[in-house]
Amino acid sequence: MADQASSGHSATFDTHERHIASNRVFGFWVYIMTDTILFASIFATYAVLNTSFAGGPTGKELFDLPSVLLETIFLLTSSFTFGLGVVAVNRGRRQEVLLWLAATFVLGAAFVGMELSEFGSMIAEGFGPRRSAFLSGFFGLVGTHGLHVTFGLLWIAVMMVQLVRKGVTIGTTTRMMNLSLFWHFLDIVWICVFTVVYLLGVM
Amino acid sequence: MFGKLTLQSLPLDIPIQMGAVLFMVLVTAGIIGYLTVKRKWKWLWSEWLTTVDHKKIGVMYLVVAFVMLFRGFVDAMMMRSQQAIAEGAAQGYLPPDHYDQVFSAHGVIMILFMAMPFIIGLINIVVPQQIGARDVAFPFLNSVSFWLFVAGMVLVNLSLVFGEFARTGWTAYPPLSELQYSPGVGVDYYIWALQISGAGTLLTGINFVATIIKMRAPGMTLMKMPVFTWTALCTNILIIGAFPILTVALALLALDRYLGMHFFTNALGGNAMMYVNLFWAWGHPEVYILVLPAFGVFSEVIATFTGKKLFGYTSMIYATVAITVLSFIVWLHHFFTMGSGANVNAFFGITTMIIAVPTGVKIFNWVFTIYRGRLRFTTPVLWTLGFIITFTIGGMSGVLLAVPGADFVLHNSLFLIAHFHNTIIGGAVFGVFAGVNYWFPKAFGFKLNEKLGKRAFWFWLVGFYLAFMPLYVLGFMGMTRRLNHYNNPAWQPYLIVAAVGAVVILIGILHQVAQLVVSIRDREKNRDLTGDPWDGRTLEWSLASPPPFYNFAVIPEVHERDAYWAMKQDGSAHQRPAKYEDIHMPRNTGAGVILGVAALILGFAMVWHIWWMAALGFLGLVVTVIARSFEEDTEYTIPAEEVERIENELAAQRQLQTSEA
Repeated sequence: MADQASSGHSATFDTHERHIASNRVFGFWVYIMTDTILFASIFATYAVLNTSFAGGPTGKELFDLPSVLLETIFLLTSSFTFGLGVVAVNRGRRQEVLLWLAATFVLGAAFVGMELSEFGSMIAEGFGPRRSAFLSGFFGLVGTHGLHVTFGLLWIAVMMVQLVRKGVTIGTTTRMMNLSLFWHFLDIVWICVFTVVYLLGVM
Repeated sequence: MFGKLTLQSLPLDIPIQMGAVLFMVLVTAGIIGYLTVKRKWKWLWSEWLTTVDHKKIGVMYLVVAFVMLFRGFVDAMMMRSQQAIAEGAAQGYLPPDHYDQVFSAHGVIMILFMAMPFIIGLINIVVPQQIGARDVAFPFLNSVSFWLFVAGMVLVNLSLVFGEFARTGWTAYPPLSELQYSPGVGVDYYIWALQISGAGTLLTGINFVATIIKMRAPGMTLMKMPVFTWTALCTNILIIGAFPILTVALALLALDRYLGMHFFTNALGGNAMMYVNLFWAWGHPEVYILVLPAFGVFSEVIATFTGKKLFGYTSMIYATVAITVLSFIVWLHHFFTMGSGANVNAFFGITTMIIAVPTGVKIFNWVFTIYRGRLRFTTPVLWTLGFIITFTIGGMSGVLLAVPGADFVLHNSLFLIAHFHNTIIGGAVFGVFAGVNYWFPKAFGFKLNEKLGKRAFWFWLVGFYLAFMPLYVLGFMGMTRRLNHYNNPAWQPYLIVAAVGAVVILIGILHQVAQLVVSIRDREKNRDLTGDPWDGRTLEWSLASPPPFYNFAVIPEVHERDAYWAMKQDGSAHQRPAKYEDIHMPRNTGAGVILGVAALILGFAMVWHIWWMAALGFLGLVVTVIARSFEEDTEYTIPAEEVERIENELAAQRQLQTSEA
C-alpha cells in the first residue's frame, strides 16, 4: 500500500516520510480490523434479536425494498467515484480528485438522507427503536453504519479542504488511501446489512 | 442547566465517603500547591503532559497505576474488614448500598485502572527499546491513548465526589444495570469511564501492533524478537480483537439506558444474556491481555538472572500464540449456569482445560531455564519464583472450575474469587512488580533498593496466601461472593484470617512505597551508568540508563535472538559508528491533553444528562482532531553533530563506570 501511496512521487518523498506513510496505512488496516469486529458484534446481537418482535411489526411489514435498493445504488456508486478519485490522486491531478470527492460526498449524503427519512417515517408510525428488541437491533445496526458514513462525509469534507490548501503531497495522499479504505469498508458492511437485515428480513 | 446534578448529589451524609473526598481534595491541593510554590507548572506541561516520548508516557502510566493500586486496595481493606466483623447480630460499618459500590469500584479499578496501566506502561517503556526503534509507530496517538485512559480514571474517581458508583459488580450485568433497577448515575459512570478509557486502550493496541510489525530493527525477524515483545504483540492483538466487543456491549447498554431501547431488558424481547456473552467475549481475552506480558517479564527476568538463554524459546512463542487464539473460545465458562445445555458447556469446558496446556509448557520452560543456571536471587527473581508457585495453584483451581458440573456448585462462590485473585495477583500483578524492579534502572538511571524490595515481596507473598487461601475453603463451605453480612459463625474465623492477610499485604505495599522513597533518596549511590546493571541480553540494555530521548543514535543490526548478549560476546557492543546521521523525532503536543479533557467533559456531562455540556465536549473532540490533522510541523530534526555530542557524553559516562568497576 505504501508503495502505491507514493507511486509517481517516490523521487520527491524521502525515505523517512515514506516509512511514516507506510506505517499509517498499515495502522489504518489494523483499525479497519477492529471496526470489523465492532460490526461483527452488532451483527451477532441483531441475529439474536431479529425475531424478538414483541408483538410489534416484522421486517417484512416495515422494509421498503425498492427504496433500500436505491440507497444501495447510491452508496455503491460512491465507492466507484471514490475509486476514480484515488486514481486521480496517484496521478497527482488535484482538480480531478476534488471533483470525484465532491461526487462521492453527494452520493454519500444522499444515502444518509434516505436512511434518515426511513428512520423518521418508522418512528413517526410508532415503530421506533423502543417498540421491540428487534427494532432496537435494527436501529442499532443500521444506525451504527449510518453514523460511520456520516463520519466519512465529515472526513471527505476535511480531505477536500486539505487538498485545496496543501495539494497532493505524501501526507494528503496517505490520507486519501486511508479514507478510501474506510469508504470501501463501509460499502462491504452495507452489503452485509442489505443482505442480513433487508433481504433476509422480508423473506 | 445541570441535568440531574444537584447539591444532593454530594455524599454529605456518608462520613466514610466524605473522608475519602476530603483526602482526595487535600492530596490534589497539596500537589497543586507544591507545583505552584516550586514553579514547576511549565516543566510539568512541557516535559511530561505534552510529551509523545514512549518512555515518559510509560512512566506516567505506571504512576497512575500505582495511585490506583492504593484506591483499589482501600476498597479491598473495607470489604475484608466488613466481612471480618459483620456476622450474626453485628452489622459492620458498611450498609449494603455502600458495600455494593465498594466491590464494584474495586473490580473496575483493579482490572482497568491498575493492572491495565501497569502492563501498558511497561510495554510503552520497554518494547520500542527491545526492537531497536526510536519511538512507537504513532507517537501522538500514544499520547491520546494515555489521556483518554486518564479521563476514564478521573471519571471513576469523580463518582466518589458527585453521586455514586455502580452497585452492580464490575461486570454490570443487566437487567440489574438497566434503568429500571439502577436508576441512579452509578452505572452511567461505569459505562462512560470504561468506554472512554477503552477507546484509549484500543488505540494503544493498534499502535503497538503497528510498532512491533513495522518498526523492528533490520535483522530482527519474528523468531528473533525478545519474548517480552512477543507477549506484548499477542496482548495487543488481543486488545484489537477484544476491546471493540466491550465497546459494543457498553454502547448497547447505554442505548437501553439513555434512549429506552430493548437490547438487554426483560421487557419487549430484550436478551440480558446477550450482554453477558458480549461482556465475556471481551472479558476473557482481557485476563490474557493482563497476564501474557507478565509471562514475558518472567521470561526476560529468568533468562537474565540465570545468565542463560531461555529454555525452549520456540515452544514459549508457540504457547503464547496458542493462548492468544484459545482465549477467544473459552468465554462461556464464566456462565456455565446460563443453561446453554450440556454440549455447549462441554465444548467450553474442554477448551478451558486445553488452554492450561500451553500455560503448563511455559511453567516448565521457566523451571528448566533455572535448572543448572546460576540464579541470582534479586527482587525480580523472587517475584518470579513466587509467581511460578502461586500461579500454578491458581491455574489448577481454574481447571477445576472448568468442569461444568463442579462449576454449578462453585459458581459465584468465594472459591471463584480465590481462583481469579490467585491468577491475576499471582500472575499479572507479581509480573508487573518483577518488571518494575527489573526495568526501573533502565527508565530512571538508578536501581531500586533491593533490601526493601525483597521485604515487600515476602510481605506480599505471605499476605496473599493468608488473604486468599481461606476463601477457597469458604467457597467449599458455601459462602457466595458480594455479601456484606452473613449468619454463619463457622465462616468468621476464615474471614478474620483473610482480613489479617490483607493487612500483611498492606505492609508489603508500604514497603514498596518505602523502597521508592529510599531509592530516590539514595539515587546517587545506586546510579547505573553502564546502562546494563543486570548483565542483560536484549537491546534495551545496550542503551544508556535512562536512554537518550531518541533511544538509538544508530539503529542496530540484529543477527541473534538475544541480540545484545551476542554483541557483548563478539565484542561488537557499544562500537561507535564512523559518522552519525540526522535524527527525526516527533514534536511534543498539547492536543492529547485537550482530547483527554474534552472526553472527560463529554463523559461527565453524559453521566449527569447535561446535554449542552456533552455537545461541548463532543465538539471539542472533533475540532481538536481536525485541527491536529492540519498540523504540518509535527517533527523536528536533531542534527548529526548534536547526536554525536550526546553520544560522546554517554560513552564517557559508561567508560567511567567500567573503569571504576
